[in-house]
Amino acid sequence: MNERTLLSAEDIGKRFGGVQALADVSFTIRYGEIYGLIGPNGAGKTSLFNVLTGIYVPDGGSFMFDGAPLNRLKPNEVAERGIARTFQNIRLFQNLSALENVMIGRHVRTHAGVFGAIFRDRTTLAEEAAIATRSYQLLDYVGVATHANDLAKHLAYGDQRRLEIARALATEPKLLALDEPAAGMNATETRALKGLLENIRRDGTTILLIEHDMKLVMSVCDRVLVLDYGRKIAEGSAADVQNDPKVIAAYLGGEVSLHVKDAR
Amino acid sequence: MSGGTRADIPLRVWAGVALVAIALGVLPFVAALAGQAWVRILNFAMVYTMLALGLNIVVGFAGLLDLGYIAFYAVGAYTYALLASPQFGIHLPFWVILPIGAAIACLFGVLLGAPTLKLRGDYLAIVTLGFGEIIRIFLNNLNSPINITNGPQGINLIDPFRIDGLSFASTESLLGITFSGPQKYYYMLLLLTIGVIVVNLRLQNSRLGRAWEAIREDEIAAKAMGINTRNVKLLAFAMGASFGGVAGAVFSATQQFISPESFGLFESIIVLAMVVLGGMGNIPGVVLGAVLLTLLPEVLRYTMEPLQQGLFGRVLIDAETIRLLVFGIALVAIMLFRPAGLWPSAVRKRELEVAKAAE
Repeated sequence: MNERTLLSAEDIGKRFGGVQALADVSFTIRYGEIYGLIGPNGAGKTSLFNVLTGIYVPDGGSFMFDGAPLNRLKPNEVAERGIARTFQNIRLFQNLSALENVMIGRHVRTHAGVFGAIFRDRTTLAEEAAIATRSYQLLDYVGVATHANDLAKHLAYGDQRRLEIARALATEPKLLALDEPAAGMNATETRALKGLLENIRRDGTTILLIEHDMKLVMSVCDRVLVLDYGRKIAEGSAADVQNDPKVIAAYLGGEVSLHVKDAR
Repeated sequence: MSGGTRADIPLRVWAGVALVAIALGVLPFVAALAGQAWVRILNFAMVYTMLALGLNIVVGFAGLLDLGYIAFYAVGAYTYALLASPQFGIHLPFWVILPIGAAIACLFGVLLGAPTLKLRGDYLAIVTLGFGEIIRIFLNNLNSPINITNGPQGINLIDPFRIDGLSFASTESLLGITFSGPQKYYYMLLLLTIGVIVVNLRLQNSRLGRAWEAIREDEIAAKAMGINTRNVKLLAFAMGASFGGVAGAVFSATQQFISPESFGLFESIIVLAMVVLGGMGNIPGVVLGAVLLTLLPEVLRYTMEPLQQGLFGRVLIDAETIRLLVFGIALVAIMLFRPAGLWPSAVRKRELEVAKAAE
C-alpha cells in the first residue's frame, strides 16, 4: 500500500433548506485503502456520496481526485473519471438480466455508436464480445454468475447487492464507493462480503465504504471517518475511532463502550 | 452472447426462413384475388410497421412516452412531397429524398428532444403531444404569406417511385406476370421494412440499446454508471424520428397526395397502440401489433355487414359505425387478457410467469 492521495475533500458543504446536511467536511483517501464512512442515521453519509458522485452540487468546497479537480462534473463524468458507486436502496436495472446490468457498466469504457450498432463492423463485434466476457468474469468475481440470465429483480437481496458491486466494478473505477453494502445481509453473507471487499482492494481498487455493521467496518477498514449532523467528528484508524469519546457520545449518548469484541 | 456463426443455424431454421420468404413473396398476388385494395392495405401495414418500430425506440427501449410521434411522419411525408411534386417544380428521385427525409425528421427529433430532456412520464407526454399538434398546425397554415405546404388542400400529383422510367404507379408486365402499382410498391416496402427491422434488432442488442434500456429502468443509476443520458436520449429521439421520416416519405410516394389531415393526434395514438398492444420493447411484438391494428379495421369494414346479414337477416348498424366499436372492444380485450402485449419480450413474459406462479 502506498501513501499517495487518491481523493481529497476540502470543506465540503451542502444545505437543504434549513438542514445543514454537510458542513466543512474535509478528508483524504489514499490509494489502495478501504476507507470507512460511519455515523448515526441522518449524519450526512449518503449526502456526501451524492455530492461526491455529482448527483448533488455542493454549496462549497472542492474535491481533488487522482490529481485533478472534480468540481461541477455530472454523474456520468464522475464515473468516467473513475468513481463508481452503489446505492443504499439498491438501484439495479430491474427488468434486465444480471449480465445485462453488468454489461451496461461497461458502457463508459467502450465506444460503439449508432453506426457500429447497425453495421456491426469487426471492431464493434470484438468490443461486444469483450463486454460480454468481462461482464461474465465480474459476475463470477462477485459470486452471482449462476444467475447471469435471471432478471435483476428476481435475485435474492444479498445477490442484488453483489450484482450492484459487479456493475460498479465494470466501469473500472479507481474508487469504489459502496453505500451500506451489508444492509439486510445475514452474518454468513456479510462474512462473504468482507472477503469480496478484501479481494477488490487486493486487486487494486480503493474502496470508500458507508456501513452500519460496525463489526464489518472495524475489521475491514484501514481508516474511518465519522460524521454527525453533517460534521466530521473523528477520523483515524478503526481502533482509534471506536475509542473516541465524541464518537461514542454521537452513537450511544456517551455511556456505553462501542468496542466490538473479536472484531479482528 | 447472441446468435453465433452462420454454421450454427440448423437447417430447420433455414427452411422456415425460406417458407416465410415465399409466403411474403406471393402474398400480394393472393391479396390481389380479393382486390387491389387489399394490396394497398398490406402496404399500409408495412408503413405502420416502420412507424411503430421507430416509436418503439423512444417508448419501448428508452421509456420516453411520446404522443407527438406522428409529427416526424409528417415531416418525412412533406419533405418528399415538396422535393418531388409540381409544388415547387422540384423532382428529385426517391433514393435521394429518402435520406434527406430521414435526416430532416432526425433533426426535428433532436429539436423535440432537446427541450424535453428533463421531463418524464406524463409531463413528457403532454409536451410531445403539443409538439405533434404544432407541426400539424404549421403544415395547415404554411400557405401564406408564402405558399409552402399548400395548406389544408395538401399537396397533389406527388411523383411516384420510379426506377429508370419504370413507374411504380402503373401496371406493367414483367416476365409474363402482371404487376399492379400497389404490388410493385409492396416489394419495395417489404425490402425497406426488413431493413428497418434488421436495424432495430441490431440497435437493441448493442451498447446503445442497452444504454436506452438502462435509462428506461433507472435514469439516476444509468447516469452513475457513466451513461451520458442527455446524448443517449437525444439519440433515441433522433433514431425514432428518422424511421418516422422514412415511413412518411414512402407514404407520400405511394399515396401521391398528402394533406395535414393525415397527421392528426389520432394517428399518433394508433401508432402508440400498435407498440403497446404488440408488446412494448419487443420488435416481433411491435411488428405484429402494427400489422394487426392495420388489418383489423379493414377486415371489420368488409365483414361487419355480411355478419349482421347472417345473424339477424338484415344490417342493423352501418359497417362504418360498428367497426370502430368492435375495434375499440378488441383493443380493450387485448389489454385485459394480454396486459404485457400480444407478444411481450422474453423479459416481460418471464415476469408474467412469475406473477402467475405467485397467485
